[in-house]
Amino acid sequence: MARSFDRIAATKPVVFLLALVPMGWLAWKVSQNALGPDPVAQLEHNTGIWALRFLLATLAITPARKLTGWNALIRFRRMLGLFAFFYASVHLAVYLIVDLGGFWSQILVEIAKKPFVTVGFLAWLLMIPLAITSTRGMMRRLGRNWQRLHRLVYASGLFAALHFLWQVKYGETIAAIEPVIYAGIFAALMLARVPHRLIKRRTGTPAGSAPANTTRSQ
Amino acid sequence: MADRIGLPINPSEITPESVYLRRRTLLKGLALMPSLLAGCSDAVEPPAEAAAGDELPGTKLIFTHNSTFSSREVQTSSKDATHYNNYYEFGTDKADPAQNSSGFKPKPWSVEIAGKAGITGTFTLEDILKGHALEERIYRLRCVEAWSMVIPWVGIPLAAVLKRFQPASSARHVSFTTVARREQMPGLGYPVLDWPYREGLRIDEAMHPLTLLAVGIYGRELPAQNGAPLRLVVPWKYGYKSIKSIVRIEFVEQQPETSWNQSAPDEYGYYSNVNPAVSHPRWSQGSERRIAGDGFNLFGNRLQTLPFNGYADQVASLYAGMDLVRNH
Repeated sequence: MARSFDRIAATKPVVFLLALVPMGWLAWKVSQNALGPDPVAQLEHNTGIWALRFLLATLAITPARKLTGWNALIRFRRMLGLFAFFYASVHLAVYLIVDLGGFWSQILVEIAKKPFVTVGFLAWLLMIPLAITSTRGMMRRLGRNWQRLHRLVYASGLFAALHFLWQVKYGETIAAIEPVIYAGIFAALMLARVPHRLIKRRTGTPAGSAPANTTRSQ
Repeated sequence: MADRIGLPINPSEITPESVYLRRRTLLKGLALMPSLLAGCSDAVEPPAEAAAGDELPGTKLIFTHNSTFSSREVQTSSKDATHYNNYYEFGTDKADPAQNSSGFKPKPWSVEIAGKAGITGTFTLEDILKGHALEERIYRLRCVEAWSMVIPWVGIPLAAVLKRFQPASSARHVSFTTVARREQMPGLGYPVLDWPYREGLRIDEAMHPLTLLAVGIYGRELPAQNGAPLRLVVPWKYGYKSIKSIVRIEFVEQQPETSWNQSAPDEYGYYSNVNPAVSHPRWSQGSERRIAGDGFNLFGNRLQTLPFNGYADQVASLYAGMDLVRNH
């Protein structure tokens, strides 16, 4: 146990740096004018897709623990979740400041009236309370409510997947493949949670028994 | 002709953003001065940026620059204009057309003229162009996806060509068809649209002096990804109306079927005039991201979209009394 603790603690900075690689790569591309004819669209697409990837990675921790029995995985979850929020915030900032910069009235119209923008904005909005309450102190203070609050991540994931799907131009079958794959991964990660709960209910395990998660390895 | 419709670009319609862009270009222009002066001595003020088409593979064309019909905004680089294309017959990604069109053969080319006209039949491209002097016009291109470019086209007014075929008075619309060669256009393997691609114009739109039948871009023959060897450029309408690689022109009585309208009538109307007041169901058309200049500048590329893409003075009268929201 002690040995595994050390290993996780040592791995965390590596994961942190790896999570920054897409950002660094984008910054480099911008500095080299290597993002193609429409660099703003590329920035939007890339920051958005990395936000979604980190969100899905965060959602994959619980099913992965169940599958592998490697419970230490949970210790990466907060970092992955915060990186999802980070990339989503950069994504939104690029859209608002770089892309729509100066066209402030249009921003409100787009968020209010364009469904794909609305759901994307909601996905980001729902992440704010999760990011704020991600500290150990907040976790302690909120107690059981912390877990309840953090179920918002499911809604955020759903909205993020929808946001990606909804912007595909009609008839663009090929362009739809990627969003459909991501939506499929999200659906699979959600489904992976369902049987566990059903089984728990059927076998009559007390709902509050936290160790149920950890003892069901393999 | 120029006298009748006047200057297509009023200085008053230039937005503050483009003023900013022009200022940026002025500095660059100092370095480019000699080449600018060589290219267009008739211009009141030289076009904002030299049309650098030297890396394009097509043959150089001989033409006169039509400054009356040309925008003086910062031009899109020839690289961007030829590597960021919507031409689904070569693939749906913007980079696909440049990548997947090397097997396309624009020569020899012929166009079928059909329908309500005195002269119909199949004509070679050379026959169609014979006797017409090529001219260059720098037009704004506004894509329905809310990005835009400024492109120097080389071509002839469509009206001059159409008149030679003596359209009948019953010809109220003109229907255009793009070539569909399965073996040369890999995108045709996917049912994205109901191939072949078709577009249409009302006869008065087709006959309007701004409507150009283009054969070149940046002073050279059109590359395949830009619609070689013959395409339409209708600058006051969304880009998809400017049909590429035309093989058939038909004079018809009724409003013809058009590909995008057929696939999603709510999103793409028959007229498809650039209109900031009519939103696409999923995004606003109130502004656009201009792809022009060297591309290093990430900020300040957004411009206000103008009614009829800034060509309202010339074309708004075509739609007098029409509900442009319903007839979008």
